[in-house]
Amino acid sequence: MSLYGPLWLSAQLAFVTTVILLLLGAPLAWWLAHTKTRAKPIVQAIVAMPIVLPPTVLGFYLLILLGPRGAVGGWWVSLTGNALTFSFTGLVIASCIYSLPFAVQPMQNAFEAVPRQTLERAWTLGATRLDAFFSVAVPLSVRGFISAAVLAFAHTLGEFGVVLMVGGNIPGETRMVSIAIYDHVETLNYGAAHQLSLVLLAFAFIVLLAMFALNQRWRRV
Amino acid sequence: MRGRVFLILLLLCGPAAAEQSILVAVSGNFSVAGARLAEHFQQQTGISVRTSNASSGRFYAQIVNGAPFDVFLAANADYPARLEDKGHAVAGSRFTYATGSLVIYSSTVDDCYRALTDKEAGFVAVGNPGTSPYGDAASTFIERGGLREAVSGRLVYGENILQALQYAVSGNAVVAIAAKSHVNPRDLPSEPTCVVDVPRGQYDPILQQAVLLTSNRDAARRFLEFLKTEEAREIIRQEGYEVPE
Repeated sequence: MSLYGPLWLSAQLAFVTTVILLLLGAPLAWWLAHTKTRAKPIVQAIVAMPIVLPPTVLGFYLLILLGPRGAVGGWWVSLTGNALTFSFTGLVIASCIYSLPFAVQPMQNAFEAVPRQTLERAWTLGATRLDAFFSVAVPLSVRGFISAAVLAFAHTLGEFGVVLMVGGNIPGETRMVSIAIYDHVETLNYGAAHQLSLVLLAFAFIVLLAMFALNQRWRRV
Repeated sequence: MRGRVFLILLLLCGPAAAEQSILVAVSGNFSVAGARLAEHFQQQTGISVRTSNASSGRFYAQIVNGAPFDVFLAANADYPARLEDKGHAVAGSRFTYATGSLVIYSSTVDDCYRALTDKEAGFVAVGNPGTSPYGDAASTFIERGGLREAVSGRLVYGENILQALQYAVSGNAVVAIAAKSHVNPRDLPSEPTCVVDVPRGQYDPILQQAVLLTSNRDAARRFLEFLKTEEAREIIRQEGYEVPE
């Protein structure tokens, strides 16, 4: 396994997770932005929970839930014959839960900022709700989508505790970059740990810098 | 307000300032035995022993970087020897306090060995060979036992040997190659479906060595001496280890 193999694997995991979260998170964010139900705070709290929960709590429950004896894992085994724990697919599911708030919250904020009037105008001009969403709300919420994608990707790339607990450290399948760094440090291979850590450090700085710079420019316009 | 802050600081300093207290780094596999030994030692001497559990590799890195442990109970001989060489441990204080054994454990199947040889059986959990001496021994067993082909693609690695066992306890792995000391019905949430000893010749003896890290702590020296007493050796034996003659 090459030094950068785990980095590439983490990038793949982060990419797949980000795409899924944008697709599934957008409707949820839209609903949260517009719902008047009393249950809204409950849903918001559930969505935000991964921010405050220790990854070990998530990892522990996921290990049980996704395992062959768990509700989800057992169902998956009967469907595909394979277990969810110790697999890339399992980590995608885990990451989607782990990074959910980082995708949903920026989109929700963006959707809430779309003026109600603009939407109503589109509806009176004959646009269906779906039309109005794609031709009015989405273009106005580009910033929210970008923030959501950047944060979900970066957060998944750095995921450690959950991967440690449900991944099983299999090279090429679940050995993500954070685990590889941890192993390098534990085995006193500081050179390799530095190389991978520096890449992550630079990446984190650059994406956040790009996001904040972009935000500032938009604000001025 | 300032008075309150001072009081809190004073309280925080309290336990650390107590003179008769030592901090022992205990390799994960020895956690239960370590806690029992600490309790007995404390009852006899009044010296309080605080134990900290992690993999030997992590402790090694922490000690090299100045972690304030007085004694290190490692899961191998290599880390203590390297600490002595580098001057992080008291030269000549090293000795074997226990010899560990490997077992095959399952909570799902009745035939542990068959789960190892059957390519379709599911995941096999082992400790990470790079950081866990028991994981290293498991690798040797897989080689010598001619199991490399049978387990290929089925190995999952626990961060330490206890996590490897935990993967099998939770049913996520069909078997684990674990530390015998961990497979004690008293400590497990449910009865194992099978536990088989790995034959002795299939791996090199897991010599677990203790080493003194601070030369100026008499209490730490006494704790190491206590480990050599028959009382301590009996506890170590009860927890699934062998003790050297």
